[in-house]
Amino acid sequence: MTTTTAASADSGERAVPKDSPGAARGPRRPGRIRRIALPYLLLLPALILELLVHLVPMVIGIFMSFKELTQFYIRDWGTAPWSGFDNYKVSVDFSAPVGKALLHSFLVTVGFTLLSVGLCWLIGTAAAIYMQDTFRGRGLLRALFLVPYALPVYAAVITWVFMFQHDNGLVNHVLHDQLHLTDKPSFWLIGDNSFYALLTVSVWKGWPFAFLIVMAGLQNIPGELYEAAALDGAGLWQQLRRITLPSLRPVNQVLVLVLFLWTFNDFNTPFVLFGRTAPEAADLISVHIYQASFVTWNFGTGSAMSVLLLLFLLVVTGVYLLLTSRGRKTADV
Amino acid sequence: MRRIRAAAAGAVTVSLLTAVTACGGGSSTGGGSNDSPKTLTYWASNQGASIEVDKKVLQPELDKFEKQSGIKVKVEVVPWSDLLNRILTATTSGQGPDVLNIGNTWSASLQATGALLPWDASNFAKIGGKDRFVESALGSTGAQGKDPAAVPLYSMAYALYYNKKMFADAGIAKPPATWDELIADGKKLSKGGKWGLGAEGSNPSENIHHTFVFAKQHGADFFTADGKPDFTSDGTVAAVKQYVDLMAKDKIIAPGNAEYAQNQSVSDFAKGKNAMLLWQSASANLKSQGMSDDAYGIAPVPVQSGTPGTGTNVNSMVAGINLAVFKNSHNLDGATKFVKFMTSDAEQKILNTAYSSIPPVKTAQTDATFNTPANAVLKDTLAKSAAALPQVADESQFETTVGTAVKTLFAAAAAGHAVTTESVKAELEKAQQQMPAK
Repeated sequence: MTTTTAASADSGERAVPKDSPGAARGPRRPGRIRRIALPYLLLLPALILELLVHLVPMVIGIFMSFKELTQFYIRDWGTAPWSGFDNYKVSVDFSAPVGKALLHSFLVTVGFTLLSVGLCWLIGTAAAIYMQDTFRGRGLLRALFLVPYALPVYAAVITWVFMFQHDNGLVNHVLHDQLHLTDKPSFWLIGDNSFYALLTVSVWKGWPFAFLIVMAGLQNIPGELYEAAALDGAGLWQQLRRITLPSLRPVNQVLVLVLFLWTFNDFNTPFVLFGRTAPEAADLISVHIYQASFVTWNFGTGSAMSVLLLLFLLVVTGVYLLLTSRGRKTADV
Repeated sequence: MRRIRAAAAGAVTVSLLTAVTACGGGSSTGGGSNDSPKTLTYWASNQGASIEVDKKVLQPELDKFEKQSGIKVKVEVVPWSDLLNRILTATTSGQGPDVLNIGNTWSASLQATGALLPWDASNFAKIGGKDRFVESALGSTGAQGKDPAAVPLYSMAYALYYNKKMFADAGIAKPPATWDELIADGKKLSKGGKWGLGAEGSNPSENIHHTFVFAKQHGADFFTADGKPDFTSDGTVAAVKQYVDLMAKDKIIAPGNAEYAQNQSVSDFAKGKNAMLLWQSASANLKSQGMSDDAYGIAPVPVQSGTPGTGTNVNSMVAGINLAVFKNSHNLDGATKFVKFMTSDAEQKILNTAYSSIPPVKTAQTDATFNTPANAVLKDTLAKSAAALPQVADESQFETTVGTAVKTLFAAAAAGHAVTTESVKAELEKAQQQMPAK
């Protein structure tokens, strides 16, 4: 409440002095104030909601991470003792079990994210490029490709759970019963294979987005470039390398970043796939943090881990943007 | 111009509204009151075959209560997978129900949060006194030496359900009484795509319930007398290994059961894929899956040797549901009246019959309904050979960590890896390290 009033009062005050110099200019002034203030006023609800939905919970989370918020205190947060950096120390002490588990989960997540984003981008881009040529049924295929992206996450992932089941699942039926690729039915939802199950679902769910964005990007590349290149004797591969990919660069820059953030933070997919206790091989960090909070009922440590995750993602994003935009500047010069 | 002004006014109003609703989120974390004496919110756990079944069972009773007391009860049946998290959230926000069902094993953990109304002598007096309840059920209502955090509502015990026809076909005359017999029978039954026993390998709570009993039979406990976790003693390791070995070494549980967590083993039993099942109050569930009452028999859970009793011959946990009152309810008197109603003899008979459980109220237990052969087994077990899970504040953490360790071991067994004393000990050690340090 205090934050919101402060924000609205603040913007109100700022709007007035800005326009006061114009006071001498005459009778048109009230109209001008309104015209200038109106956009800000219209933005106000969005700004306040943004504060409420994003920033306030984040600040509370950071606040919690400095408290010893265990089952003995959750009923009345005020009484929870301050614990300084203890929660952080526990989280990053990699020789102790909690820190070791967090590090393991972090590494699994990094590996998973790199593979998933890479595959999503590759499949999405390849499909978008193939879909550039006009042929019968192109519209239908495009629509079909977008289905995984449009499906509600829960419905889609629970279907995968059924398909991955050991006894009656479709995957084992095809791989084992029909193609005889394995000696005996494999487990996909427990044990080491769970990593591949998770990767499959994640790529299946993520690549249509890459497809959509790259397809939009391809529309902006002028056809004359290809014609000119073809006249100069460039093959398909060269056209792809010299024209398509460089032209897609700004699109890819955003696409890869967004895919990375979504995949790294993905909670729904592993949670629906494995329930609250994910197998070690597929112990993604978001579920791990959830589990750490609810296993020990120590929400302080859980918050500390979340803040560390936030910091890591901020650093990665910052470095990524710095590197990619610098690269572009030099390319432009 | 007027339109702009209207738009601006609208924008400001929306902003203010959101700010106001944000204020509504916080709440008092203080004590309860009697501000709204005409309504109650009740969170019921899912006891019947489905949430709809539960609503049908409960609604007529709640109407009865409304007629008697003039208090309207709004019931919400919460699935087991959500119940504990919902209670934790309610505790944190202070926005909870007035009355709620809790799994009796959580009593001490939830007691530690201070969110539940303690049942001291004066509160118990309002519902007819502590003596109305069976001793073993009261043993699962909170930490020793503290006022109970809840009162018992339904009692249950584990039993061995066996398929009569499959037993007859395999030439087995009577249900096994010891684990050796169970394994021998299981081997006769495990053939042709059918298996001896079912298990819920990926359900941490089920894993805990079984390993707890095995530990008791090995003379071990998961917590020391002063409430410290002690997961790696020889007894507990042997207990966990014996349970997982039913799949790993004895091969009487189908490997696929390692990923079961949604009561698939009950469906398998109803369909005749498993000949035996260790379960609590399965009758109503089996009926809803089309298995008739005379198709299966109910026997006590096996022991290592001899007959079920106390000490190392314990063969079940004290399973059950407790009824608790949220401390910051706005209708404390009404909530207490509702608890009195739900634990009255008449309601106990109706509800426990509907859920095929045993009433924890002494006077209700004598009713003929609870003396059928099937119920006699459960009642006997509860009275003579059931033990309460540790009543310590860390109990729910223990359920998750050790339950998950057993899940991991089942996964290893299913994948064909060896399950050894060392690997069991390593998993349990990891579980113990995750327990909150004090």
